[in-house]
Amino acid sequence: MSNVFAQRRQKLLSLKALRGASPTPAHTEETCPACGGTIRRRDLAAGRYVCPLCGHHYPIGAYYRLSLVLDKGTFRELDGSLTSNDPLSFPGYAAKLDAARRRTGMNEGVVTATGRIGGQKAAVGVLDSRFFMGSMSAALGEKVTRLVEYADKNKLPLILFSASGGARMQEGILSLMQMAKTAAALERFSQKGGLYISVLTHPTTGGVTASFASLGDIMLAEPGALIGFAGPRVIEQTIGEKLPEGFQSAEYLLEHGFLDAIVPRPQLRDTLIRLLKLHGKGGSDHAK
Amino acid sequence: MPNELTPAQRVALARHAQRPGTADFIDALFTDFFEQRGDRHCMDDGSILGGVALFHGRPVTVIGHRKGRTLEEHMAYHFGMPSPEGYRKAQRLMLQAEKFSRPIVTFIDTPGAYPGLEAEAHGQGEAIARTLALLSGLTVPVIAVVTGEGGSGGALALGVGNKVLMLENAVYSVLSPEGFAAILWKDSSRSAEACDVMKLTAADLLELGVIDGIIPEPAAGAHAAPQPVYRALDAALVRELAALSKLSPSALAANRYKKFRLMGSKALGKERL
Ligand SMILES: [Zn+2]
Repeated sequence: MSNVFAQRRQKLLSLKALRGASPTPAHTEETCPACGGTIRRRDLAAGRYVCPLCGHHYPIGAYYRLSLVLDKGTFRELDGSLTSNDPLSFPGYAAKLDAARRRTGMNEGVVTATGRIGGQKAAVGVLDSRFFMGSMSAALGEKVTRLVEYADKNKLPLILFSASGGARMQEGILSLMQMAKTAAALERFSQKGGLYISVLTHPTTGGVTASFASLGDIMLAEPGALIGFAGPRVIEQTIGEKLPEGFQSAEYLLEHGFLDAIVPRPQLRDTLIRLLKLHGKGGSDHAK
Repeated sequence: MPNELTPAQRVALARHAQRPGTADFIDALFTDFFEQRGDRHCMDDGSILGGVALFHGRPVTVIGHRKGRTLEEHMAYHFGMPSPEGYRKAQRLMLQAEKFSRPIVTFIDTPGAYPGLEAEAHGQGEAIARTLALLSGLTVPVIAVVTGEGGSGGALALGVGNKVLMLENAVYSVLSPEGFAAILWKDSSRSAEACDVMKLTAADLLELGVIDGIIPEPAAGAHAAPQPVYRALDAALVRELAALSKLSPSALAANRYKKFRLMGSKALGKERL
């Protein structure tokens, strides 16, 4: 049970980030993977992990993301203890899960919560690519589904930030079935007039793209995010040619009609506040 | 079930070139099939075959993957791998089934959705997601039959049924065994090994609660003697349709929701944090 302590420590760090403290040491420098420029970490943190030189959006953790979006002091986590129990007894999976929990301080690849955004209460979920690449496990699908049902029951608008490598291979068919489960929950929520804002972040692929991430009433994405169903390498192998520059980027999706807007991270909170206001409390039936 | 094949052997049977496909099942089980083509936006994707037909005299909507029989057909239908336009055609047919209160029977037989440049540009992910959502909320009976390969989200898009049946040697999985081995072990040649751990056979999936029933096949596979397979499937469809037809429209939607809501519920644990 020594990992309980490691988890606690990680959780404390995460919560510290939620309160606005920087999760990284402020005195070091690092090289931007996009432009190669040297940036002080302090500047990177102050700029919400967007490169001040080129605008590259670094992947960020779920708790930090929530700290950027929610009003201070309103975060309340839901189903934080829910986890996978290795349903197929897949060789090596249990140990890998344990290691991922210890490393990230999370129990699954999504954090679901309630909180306020500009005073408006909302149900918010954030996938975290550090935990098994945000891949769809039964527990991740369950947490997303419970969040949708919570938003429905409490007449709240729903916001999901996606980041996922696709299916959780070690959970096989049960991973696949989460696509149907989450899509079904969203369909019900939508039929009752619930507002769902989907925000796609780097990378959003596979089964998550082909289920809840693509079903938003409002579809937003961060600049430069890779968004697609099939992976670029699989497509190149299938068609036998190189893919064009910028293929499957957020900008490409906007051009092809699958997004309402690309929103840089520093403007995301204000955009969400504006959208929530435009929808009243979160959809027709839910406005009462 | 009489025969004892390895999962890899079943994968081979599921992919057999002579295995009955959606067109064969429609011919054998339905009468007066009228094919409906096109997505009403820009094209007709032949890898989805669908239309209206009579099942024991009752109008139903049938939709399935089509691999094709000849080389030309294989190429035209991408070996049964639909593009977004195919899924949008399926959505159109599903909405018509809802409008005319017709039950829907789907036949699943695809390696997966087509991973092409245009397919991505036209929103493969959105097309599958929208099909899943639409099918989940319909108020008519939906019965899905996995007849051959049930590969990935491209298969599941037609699989959100009140009842899901599977032929004995059909397979249903999150990804092809080759793709699975390539992703997990960076070695697609270990596909036989992948077959063993993936739990992709009908018996495995029945145990996991993913499917509701198995249609037996002759020892050499459905292609060797398709008639008894058609008869068994026909009987199963008659039985399931009769049972589902007793439910009210809202109960049918609720029944389907509950079925998929429980998927993976035994895969959850609790960890202190
Ligand atoms: Zn940069």
